[in-house]
Amino acid sequence: MSTHTISVFVENRHGALSRIAGLFSSRGYNITSLTVAETEDPSTSRMTIVVAGDESVLEQVVKQLNRLIDVIKVIDFVKDPVIDREIILVRLDATKSTRHEIVSLASIFGGTVAAISPTSITIELTGTSQTIGDFISMVKPYGIKELVRSGKVAMAQARK
Amino acid sequence: MKKTGAQIVVDALIREKIDVVFGYPGGVVLPLFDALYDAEKVKVILTRHEQAAAHAADGYARATGKVGVCIATSGPGATNLVTGIATAYLDSVPVVAITGQVATPILGTDAFQEADVVGITRPITKHNFLVKDVAELPGMIKQAFHIASTGRPGPVLIDVPKDVSVGMVDNYEYPSKVDMRSYRPNTVGHIRQIRKAADAMADAKKPLIYAGGGIIISGAHRELLELAEKTNIPVTTTLMGLGGFPGNHKLFVGMPGMHGSKAANFALQQTDLIVSVGARFDDRVTGHVASFAPNAKIIHMDIDPAAISKIISVDIPVVGDAKNVLAQLNKEVRPRRANGWNKTVAGWKGKKLFDYQPSKTEIKPQAVVEAVYRATKGKAIITTEVGQNQMWASHYYVFTKPRTLLTSGGLGTMGYGMPAAMGAALAIKDRPVIDIAGDGSIQMNIQELATISLNRIPVKVVILNNSYLGMVRQWQEMFFNRRYSSSCLRDGVLCDECKGPGKCKHVYIPDFIALAKAYDIEAFRATKPSEVDAVLKKGLAVKGPALMEFMVSKEENVFPMVPAGKPIDQIVEGQ
Repeated sequence: MSTHTISVFVENRHGALSRIAGLFSSRGYNITSLTVAETEDPSTSRMTIVVAGDESVLEQVVKQLNRLIDVIKVIDFVKDPVIDREIILVRLDATKSTRHEIVSLASIFGGTVAAISPTSITIELTGTSQTIGDFISMVKPYGIKELVRSGKVAMAQARK
Repeated sequence: MKKTGAQIVVDALIREKIDVVFGYPGGVVLPLFDALYDAEKVKVILTRHEQAAAHAADGYARATGKVGVCIATSGPGATNLVTGIATAYLDSVPVVAITGQVATPILGTDAFQEADVVGITRPITKHNFLVKDVAELPGMIKQAFHIASTGRPGPVLIDVPKDVSVGMVDNYEYPSKVDMRSYRPNTVGHIRQIRKAADAMADAKKPLIYAGGGIIISGAHRELLELAEKTNIPVTTTLMGLGGFPGNHKLFVGMPGMHGSKAANFALQQTDLIVSVGARFDDRVTGHVASFAPNAKIIHMDIDPAAISKIISVDIPVVGDAKNVLAQLNKEVRPRRANGWNKTVAGWKGKKLFDYQPSKTEIKPQAVVEAVYRATKGKAIITTEVGQNQMWASHYYVFTKPRTLLTSGGLGTMGYGMPAAMGAALAIKDRPVIDIAGDGSIQMNIQELATISLNRIPVKVVILNNSYLGMVRQWQEMFFNRRYSSSCLRDGVLCDECKGPGKCKHVYIPDFIALAKAYDIEAFRATKPSEVDAVLKKGLAVKGPALMEFMVSKEENVFPMVPAGKPIDQIVEGQ
């Protein structure tokens, strides 16, 4: 098993997302994460899909994606170095005594305070999946009230 | 020009040169049928079930190479198309299905006769459209026909809500061209890959050409013949490829797979090079995949990149249209002389590709198919249902021309043959169109006898009546200890003490001859071998439709057979 990050450029039309999601589900491929939004060209959406499977399965995934009429281009970042990021919002239990500790921990990771209340603090953090994972395990002991994670966005590194 | 959505659909059909459509009206699709009422250039055939409309469109498309069109209303009308659409999808048939839909303001409210048909058909169409605005309609129809008929063809569905079909466009123009940035199928092979293929063919000691339905779809039969004759390489074609290479040619070794010929299966297992074109290594062909063609290098030419290395790992992939790719390859290949391999293959082939035990007392189903072949001098278009009838038709009718065997190979749809024959017979007038059916399958769309009768569509139905779901019974005989669970078509209330085939208390229901007569269709029955030729002669001489029933031996099996999941050289030869 290996994990691939795939970028899919699709026509920005109703139904395009469900076609792609349907392709994965009907073949029994499990999507680890999926993000989608419009690009600089509003007629095109860009998806970043993270999927795990055998190499031959993943090769099929890419071919099947290319076969969909709405799909313009598929990039499988299997060989190229990529820049990838995720964002999380995490709301933690926080009292007067723990608040400062949490803020300084977040700042080590490059996170910022998104909201604050007498009993909680919400941290916003962007980073690689690894960074995000590390941060979550560091703050877990304070008590996670709620957490939302975006899934990965990715692009290839610029060629030198 | 000012036009309503419904008028736009009709105008588009005329511009796409569609002269016949198959459909069934209902609530929200009435505006479209109303517009068709005035369309002199488009004949509408009212089927008796929407499934038959889809199969008829499919039969029309397979027989002609043109796009077939079917029309149904929303909800149950649309869901009744589903089997027909899936049938066309698995066999890559260009069909455009137009469905009515509830008006856009009430979409998603569980309105009367509402079903999410775009959602339902997403996995069984090449593409589908929900038209939300009448202004989008002309472009979408143009794209639908383009997508259905190019690249690897397939069905496309257009769902037209009622407010769209009555909506008005002020300056309607049908687009003359399609340009889709996301859909540009590659039709010409990469020359470096072609040269690699030619080199591999020159190096091979035991090469074999394995050709599929792609030959027929792209019209590459002449190029295939040239390739085979230039290189003297034996040819096997899949069920979908029958007629893509002359079935009476000395290089032909029959079809491969579960009910393939010994020659084709042995050749596949021993070849050192498979030259595959327009075929997809279906599981009915490969049998146990890990032991398939163990010594072979594989060249795979296909228009669909996703078909390559899907099942079998390929050494030399070539993406492109079969006709183009074979023409390119024919320029590169070196002539090859027949060698010992050719002799070995010819030895496996023997005098006949398929054989059976003849009988003087019982009508053998295989003998009926042979008689149909003789009576039509091999010039008929044959449609089949699915099961034993389909396999016997493929074994004992010799197909020499493309588009002469119309059969549901991928989905395996019972009830396909008669409606498909209707579609074919409306397009092809200079050949008889014959549905070779079993007594089980024919009942799945038997209501179409009305369509055939009233429209005097000259379809000839040949029923091989063994009073069983024959292929199911065969599997139960071979793999379920002869426990004929739900496969006997005489099964009923008097069957407590079943004494076995031929000894049962029930008469056969229905009486197909009486049934045909109820539909005002001429019908003939043969119960003895001596009656077979006479019945065929009478039936085929009828100007319009006719039904011929042959009471065949009840427990006849289709052989050779490779049990599912076994290597394809582990053949059961039977009898």
